[in-house]
Amino acid sequence: MIDEGRALFLQIAESVEDSILAGALAEESQAPSTNELASFYRINPATAAKGIAMLTDKGVLYKRRGIGMFVSPGARELLLGERRAAFADRFLDPLLAEARTLGLGPDDLARLLSERAARTLTEGTAR
Amino acid sequence: MTTVIEVKNLTKRYRDTLAADDVSFSIEKDTIYGLLGRNGAGKTTVMSILTAQNFATSGEVRIFGENPYENAHVLSRMCFVRESQKYPDDATPRHAFRIARLFYPHWDQELADQLIDEFQVPMKKTIKKLSRGQLSAVGVVIGLASRAEITFFDEPYLGLDAVARQIFYDRLLEDYSRHPRTIILSSHLIDEVSNLLERVIVIDKGRIIMDEETDAVRGRAANIVGDTAAVDAFVAGREVIHRESLGRVSSVTILGELTAEDLSLLTRAGLDVAPVSLQQLIVRTTQHAGRTAGDAERAASDIDEGALR
Repeated sequence: MIDEGRALFLQIAESVEDSILAGALAEESQAPSTNELASFYRINPATAAKGIAMLTDKGVLYKRRGIGMFVSPGARELLLGERRAAFADRFLDPLLAEARTLGLGPDDLARLLSERAARTLTEGTAR
Repeated sequence: MTTVIEVKNLTKRYRDTLAADDVSFSIEKDTIYGLLGRNGAGKTTVMSILTAQNFATSGEVRIFGENPYENAHVLSRMCFVRESQKYPDDATPRHAFRIARLFYPHWDQELADQLIDEFQVPMKKTIKKLSRGQLSAVGVVIGLASRAEITFFDEPYLGLDAVARQIFYDRLLEDYSRHPRTIILSSHLIDEVSNLLERVIVIDKGRIIMDEETDAVRGRAANIVGDTAAVDAFVAGREVIHRESLGRVSSVTILGELTAEDLSLLTRAGLDVAPVSLQQLIVRTTQHAGRTAGDAERAASDIDEGALR
């Protein structure tokens, strides 16, 4: 779950963001506490606290005094915007690089993409 | 942050070897530190001087602002779990725990009983007859249940199997969350403990070569892998700490965070980026320090990655 070579607090923050994006953690619901994150991921509580602090600074989480951290209203929208902006860099560049090595052009990619998308769609509805 | 340990220009000389060579660092309250380095790097020497079990040749040590030597007020607030703790010949774990309970003001008997049960410590056998793992378990129980304000664990897991080590790490984190305190964990199993550590101090040949926040160190280095010519073009002008080649493929470890621009450059050049674990980074840094110190030949022949494992 945790990969080497990247700051742990960023990975902890991303795991909470993923839950919000997937809808598992709804807006205005309580976010996991520092100690819960620390014991789940088996990491130093100070590192988990740093991840939570980053999300608070970003406006994804907010503190309710004496209760804990909660997901801010509008957090999902904020994260969607951020992830969409990074989408091309994170996913398309590596895809294009590999395609080039294999001699696949943009047209081949477009065809493959729509074929796959159609298949995932039918599999999705069959379930 | 409050400083609980302050070390200034500490040197320890044994005949002609320098076990600690002008070492200076400080330890903050309620933080988990990793004291890392190869066997014989000087970790145990430093810890035994801090706990007043050994004398410094020169330099200054302050614990809670005081000199620890024959200072009962300071010593009862510290617990040092030695890798090879000596006990009287006829002592059993029961005796060891009873003495620890008398000595440490914050001793938690309930926690001790729980740990004794989890580690299955044989209470009535003499300590002399315990296996290496059982002996380590005795130390771990004392180290955790003492709840001392500063606890040193020197290679606490020797002989413990994977399950027992995981119990130790879990209980350590759990108890630290409930009762924050300063913990200094010396280890050469770096990857196994790295997620527990807030800061790392790396000792090599009696000198400190790294003293930083663990998370700041992660991502500091990267392996660039691919066609040798393309790799060389990318790493030109960067700090290279390690290089390996296989045919026309090279893997080069560089220092410095990669920017988004670097990453897209790498993708377009068809190069792969492989993460460098904390353990690999420390091995590479240690090798690098050895080489830049001018003893390139020796470093190349006697240091290999396996030596830290």
